[in-house]
Amino acid sequence: MSQDARISRRWTSPDARRATSLMPATLTSVWSLINRFLEWFGDLGLFAWQVVRAAVRRPFEGRELIRQLDEIGSRSLPLVALAGAAIGFVLALESRSSLARFGAKSMLPAALVYSIIHETGPVVTGLIVSGRVGAGIGAELGSMKVTEQIDAIEACGVNPYKFLAFTRILACILMLPLLTLAADFCGVLSGWVADTLVEPVSFQRFINQGFVGATFSDFLAPTFRTAVFGLIIGMIGCFQGMRTQGGTAGVGLSATSSVVLSSLFVILADVILVKFILVFFS
Amino acid sequence: MMRPEQEVLLGAEESHATPAIEGSGGDSDGPAVALRGLHRSFGSQMVLDGIDLTVGSGETLAVLGRSGTGKSVLLKLIIGLQKPDSGSIRIHGQEITRLDLDAMNELRKKMGFLFQHSALYDSLTVEENVAFPLRRHTKMTEPERRDRVKELLSGVGMESDLKKMPSELSGGMQKRVGLARALALEPGILLLDEPTAGLDPITSGEIDELILKLQEEHNMASIVVTHDLHSAKTFADRIALLHEGNVLIEGKFTELEKSDNEFVSEFLKRDS
Repeated sequence: MSQDARISRRWTSPDARRATSLMPATLTSVWSLINRFLEWFGDLGLFAWQVVRAAVRRPFEGRELIRQLDEIGSRSLPLVALAGAAIGFVLALESRSSLARFGAKSMLPAALVYSIIHETGPVVTGLIVSGRVGAGIGAELGSMKVTEQIDAIEACGVNPYKFLAFTRILACILMLPLLTLAADFCGVLSGWVADTLVEPVSFQRFINQGFVGATFSDFLAPTFRTAVFGLIIGMIGCFQGMRTQGGTAGVGLSATSSVVLSSLFVILADVILVKFILVFFS
Repeated sequence: MMRPEQEVLLGAEESHATPAIEGSGGDSDGPAVALRGLHRSFGSQMVLDGIDLTVGSGETLAVLGRSGTGKSVLLKLIIGLQKPDSGSIRIHGQEITRLDLDAMNELRKKMGFLFQHSALYDSLTVEENVAFPLRRHTKMTEPERRDRVKELLSGVGMESDLKKMPSELSGGMQKRVGLARALALEPGILLLDEPTAGLDPITSGEIDELILKLQEEHNMASIVVTHDLHSAKTFADRIALLHEGNVLIEGKFTELEKSDNEFVSEFLKRDS
């Protein structure tokens, strides 16, 4: 450091000096955060590549896939159906008073069906499954990793990317749209129950009014965007689980990070996909 | 660089160390496992610093050493769960360090691995654990597979616990099931990582006897990583002592006892 530089630093005010010393520290921590994020993304990309490479090779793990379809699909069904029903019920009660204020009470079935099928059903299903399945996959694979069970699978000559990861990811992709359908159905049904408790209306009439003007694409695109949610939940859960380090603390961390990251990416994907659907399917 | 003791003792084993065969093809007449100049480090820590070892078919080598000297890493390198930084690993003459995943998986079918903590699949029963490699790699019918699993489990004295979950088994029982699973595909090479760690002396003795019995029945090349000198004496044809990333001394137990190396004497004294 030159003599001038040393003198000028000596005469800088204490506040300014503190600010200059804080700035590199802040920059370093921001840079390290960006670095870690990019590193995580890079590792996720490599992981996805390994899964894709493993997926196209024989054997196709049908037995394990069926087990995962049951684990991820059937066992999530009660929770998803209940959440869908609760949302439909609340939505019907809340919307009724708002619509009545504008004299548009007859629009309730259409508003409810549109809201559930387009947004509430898919997002609620995505978030419920990322909580239940994301945590389950993260914890299960994390525990297998720290107890060397994944190494044992590999030592048996079985590719864990296919046997453990691909089957779970595919099961999530296949089951999310079906679970969304269940959530949509329960939401609409409980919406009708809520409506009919206040003002009796037949289910058929409610459905007819609800689906008036609705097209197949109204229904198809939002439901199938949950397949992308399934990809996100399965991929992040498996990735976080299979990179677990340490003991039980590491397993807990994997489960938590699987839920947090998959929920976050489901919401982000929803924003992007809604825009995409509006552009291409409206 | 070989140490003087190692050079002397390796002299007796030169017959095993057939010259390396180039190419990917195997050599059934050569040693079952041949390691040459094997290096493996984690960050700045050099764990294995030029390991040379050879194990012939039907031979049992016990690998001893202090904790953290890379004994388990050595086994994971042999079965391809980790990659060496440099050096050569030949299984029946076939170089494995450059094999792709499919070829490595084919080779893994010829090797059995018992993990330090057994690593049984905790969502599967004992029967399903042992049947796992059979289900994956053989075309056995369900009754044939069931018979084979029963045969394997009766070989390790666990035939009455078919339907139990791993969490219901003691450490010794888990090791037995792990051993049965490792033997399921009738491997030519058996790798055992601390088979008696954490077990009481009586159970350890039973496991030692079991390994000895299986050796006699199956005539496999075995590498057993252990801290237990008594166990090593029971079942090993040769013993290799790892120290500071290298094979400090290798030979029969009696040859180790004769060594005037300070570390070897201290190790044998502490363990006896």
